[in-house]
Amino acid sequence: MPQATQTIIGQFNPVAVMFFLLFVLSTLAITYWAAKRTRTTKDFYAAGRSVTGFQNGLALAGDYMSAASFLGIAGLVSTKGYDGLIYSVGWLVGWPIIMFLISEPLRNLGKYTFADVVAYRLRQRPIRAAAAAGSLVTVLTYLIAQMVGAGTLIKLMFGLPFELAVVLVGTLMISYVIFGGMIATTWVQIIKATLLLGGATLLVVMTMAQFGFSYGNLFAQAEKLYTNKFLEPGGLITSPLDAFSLGLALMFGTAGLPHILMRFYTVPDARQARKSVFVATGFIGYFYILTVTIGFGAAVLVGRDVIMSIDKGGNMAGPMLAEVLGGNLFLGFLAAVAFATILAVVSGLTLAGASAFSHDLFVGVIRRGVAAEKEEVKVAKIATVGLGITAMLLGILFKGQNVAFLVGLTFAIAASANFPALLMSITWKKFTTNGAVYSIYTGLFMATILIVLSPTVWVDIVHKSEKAVVEKEVKTLEEASKAKITALETEKATSKNLPAIDTSIAAEKQQAEVRIKEAKAKMPKAIFPLKNPGIFSMAAAFLVGILFSLFGREKEAEAKYEDEKLRSYIGIGAE
Amino acid sequence: MSKKMSTQEILEDKDFQLLSSQKLSISTILTILELVLYFGFIALIAFNKPFLSQKLSGAITVGIPIAVGTIVLSWIFTGIYIRWANNTYDVLVKKVKEKIGG
Repeated sequence: MPQATQTIIGQFNPVAVMFFLLFVLSTLAITYWAAKRTRTTKDFYAAGRSVTGFQNGLALAGDYMSAASFLGIAGLVSTKGYDGLIYSVGWLVGWPIIMFLISEPLRNLGKYTFADVVAYRLRQRPIRAAAAAGSLVTVLTYLIAQMVGAGTLIKLMFGLPFELAVVLVGTLMISYVIFGGMIATTWVQIIKATLLLGGATLLVVMTMAQFGFSYGNLFAQAEKLYTNKFLEPGGLITSPLDAFSLGLALMFGTAGLPHILMRFYTVPDARQARKSVFVATGFIGYFYILTVTIGFGAAVLVGRDVIMSIDKGGNMAGPMLAEVLGGNLFLGFLAAVAFATILAVVSGLTLAGASAFSHDLFVGVIRRGVAAEKEEVKVAKIATVGLGITAMLLGILFKGQNVAFLVGLTFAIAASANFPALLMSITWKKFTTNGAVYSIYTGLFMATILIVLSPTVWVDIVHKSEKAVVEKEVKTLEEASKAKITALETEKATSKNLPAIDTSIAAEKQQAEVRIKEAKAKMPKAIFPLKNPGIFSMAAAFLVGILFSLFGREKEAEAKYEDEKLRSYIGIGAE
Repeated sequence: MSKKMSTQEILEDKDFQLLSSQKLSISTILTILELVLYFGFIALIAFNKPFLSQKLSGAITVGIPIAVGTIVLSWIFTGIYIRWANNTYDVLVKKVKEKIGG
């Protein structure tokens, strides 16, 4: 069995740089081509609504399959086995929800942003302001997580300094968006999705060739190396409530991500919108199955300890497997694909953030819905630069920080602030402006505050040093007790007074347990016990939306519901 | 847009009512199925780990096809919806649109 003992990961890799330059040059060429076709707001925000359902499906997959899921899930599987597979399932299940509840009404009712739909029959300004806040916070938290991840991964893979990597990613992303708008962004996504799916497929084929193309063999080898625990659910899910809460956030958060929702305006009609979800779900599901296979393959062919010696989180499992199986050439290709993946995701996010700023805040709130197209596009471009620079600065500021909570926060906010208001505005006649506005702000603030008070931030970040002290103490106690017992057992081998030694061993075990329990009691406790607040913040957002709507009827909104219903179902008057 | 019927008339039209009630029930049923599928999987992990840890064949545990099956079934659900929408929904939409003349 090939075991990678040496890796060139982290060193300057000319093959990777060559592939990466090829990607950058071709995407910049597309951006140049797209720039000539980007004149109106419809071109800039929605690629002239000329993207086909299949193309949009690929682009949606491109928007969604981040480097974190490619490298992160493979890494999680390679180090934790089955638990990584559980995680990957959660990332897919939001897509059917998008199709059944959101995609068609969204396409029929809106123009460029999901706020168009929420504000369809409600008072424009307060809704636009609230929806823009929800969108911008979602985009920004996700963008920071991606930027920090980008800097770390690129440093790990290419040996490039963190700051330089962040600036490089930021500059390219700004260029795609301001020059090529949605047309360029869409094509960057499509190319990236094709490369990523192709590269992962190739890696899986090469992996499975080592096992005679039999998953039975692959799992048998994994079991032999890491025992049957590796193929069973382990410690990922401990509290059922926590698991349900995270599951809700993942599921409905996907249906509330502004950069995903925005993509539905790039296709000509509702039929193409639904087709694009089908295509996207298929590709994303396929991709997760590939990623999980890569994870198990890496665990067997590279080895868990070797993977973790390069990166504790296992993020390099995929690239290392590529190196073992396809040498420098394949590693270089895959590293470039990971870089392209990061670039594509941040571009989509930046465009969504810029749209929320220009279309919802500037035109909808400041200009009260009236602005020249040229001016709107100009504001969107300025917003792109502003957002891009903010993301770079925050990315550098968060260097070396634990940003995993940001992804959880993004999905919690998307599920609590964006999704409930969107769903209620589409389906409930009595939904009012106040209901929507308070629902959005409730979701936004509850999700944020509860995350800060949760174990992921309150214990792991705010009380990081106290936690480390307690962990160290527990470890010392455990080691001391272990040493004592080992000593007693050695004594037992030669001693004649066996019962007495057995009693001391039992006593020592008992005492150690008490001591460790005491030490653990000093562990800082989170004020809010769940790791993800989804279940509470989402419920609160729905409840507030319903209560405010019931207590203050809005006759105007109710009157417009019939038109909305007609347009939502059959697309009459859809743009 | 030039409409032969008022909004109220369309909403009361039999074909429109059929189309909207069918869409609502199909969407609701499939959403519930997806929720049951995913949260059923989570519940199994939370409450019945031994079931998922059973050996199916060789080293493969029951949990592996169940997890992969959740992914594949989710996709099949979207396929079912697409089939219904293309074969039934779009036909009804066309019919209503022809009546309206839009």
